[in-house]
Amino acid sequence: MGIEQRITNLHLDVLKEIGNIGAGHAATSLSTLLNRKVDMKVPNVHIVSFDEMMEMAGGAENVVVSVFLRIEGDAPGSMFFLLSLDQATRFLHQMTGDPTLSLEESPYAEMAVSAMQELGNILSGSYLSSLANFTNLNLYPSVPALSIDMVGAIVGYGLIELSQTSDYAIVIDTALNEEGSVKENSVKGHFFLLPDPPSFETIFNSLGVPING
Amino acid sequence: MVSLMEVVKVGIADMNVVKAPQSIRTTGLGSCVGVVLYDETSGIAGLSHVMLPDSALNKDGAKLNKAKFADTAIADLRDCLIRSGAIPSLLKAKIAGGAQMFQFASQSDVMRIGPRNVEAVKKELQRFNIKLAGEDVGGNNGRTIEFDTETSLLHIRTVSKGEAVL
Repeated sequence: MGIEQRITNLHLDVLKEIGNIGAGHAATSLSTLLNRKVDMKVPNVHIVSFDEMMEMAGGAENVVVSVFLRIEGDAPGSMFFLLSLDQATRFLHQMTGDPTLSLEESPYAEMAVSAMQELGNILSGSYLSSLANFTNLNLYPSVPALSIDMVGAIVGYGLIELSQTSDYAIVIDTALNEEGSVKENSVKGHFFLLPDPPSFETIFNSLGVPING
Repeated sequence: MVSLMEVVKVGIADMNVVKAPQSIRTTGLGSCVGVVLYDETSGIAGLSHVMLPDSALNKDGAKLNKAKFADTAIADLRDCLIRSGAIPSLLKAKIAGGAQMFQFASQSDVMRIGPRNVEAVKKELQRFNIKLAGEDVGGNNGRTIEFDTETSLLHIRTVSKGEAVL
């Protein structure tokens, strides 16, 4: 039986808390980095088909700026930080003070790519280290990789491990929002945490809520 | 009444079959490979959005989704086309995808999944003696593809390189 059928409301709450703590730390880092207030939505845990996963990120063809890293160690998985193109460009301007930098059209300036990579690095690093502290597990991030492309192509990569055991993904989704940003309909900053299937057991055990059966 | 050209969509790890004048498309192929099999004479075409190279990767007794794996998807797609009236010996293929979206220092097998998918798809096409009429594979960018049954052309859209036609 797949993990998605054995998971209870209690487990979902535990995963939500993981998103809360991890993304909370990332939001604080982002806030410090930009010297702005950053809002964080209450995390959501979704059990979704792969196509639904793409819809959550704005549709498979939606172009996003993404930082992807593999989590290695006790509980392997994939982590994505996704930003819409205009949101990423706004972050860039605030980080660098250079209003000419943009990620809306290739070729991208080296400085823009490098700054974006650093942003992703800091945010996913603080997400992961708080998660490691909370669960008392050894978790190591791979070097984050940046890609500006269609959501389907990017997120599909993070589904490879999952796809070997299931047609569903359990995704911990936390949205970040710079306070005062206007466009409500576009995808803003999103953290997607996709633990590999065996990692759920490890995470739940480490937090004292094992899966039965 | 004017009939709209219908475009049938295929999701990730899924497949479908169409007849002219319908078109068939799948979006956001990264390391996945979109495989189109078609019979020009009857205007029948099928598309499979292949995620993984080999059904041996199906772990933990998970239910087998044939469209997900190269070795099961192509056989299954071919069967569906033949059942719809396509002539096996006339089948041709066009493929796109199999990119390496991210570069990592430690290249595990899983991270090389794009090229492995392409290899596996080509092996299956050979097994069934299906001619590969066009390919746009590899690289490090995503692709959206649409196959037009009227012209047998495969339209490929990327974010940075514009549109190509096979």
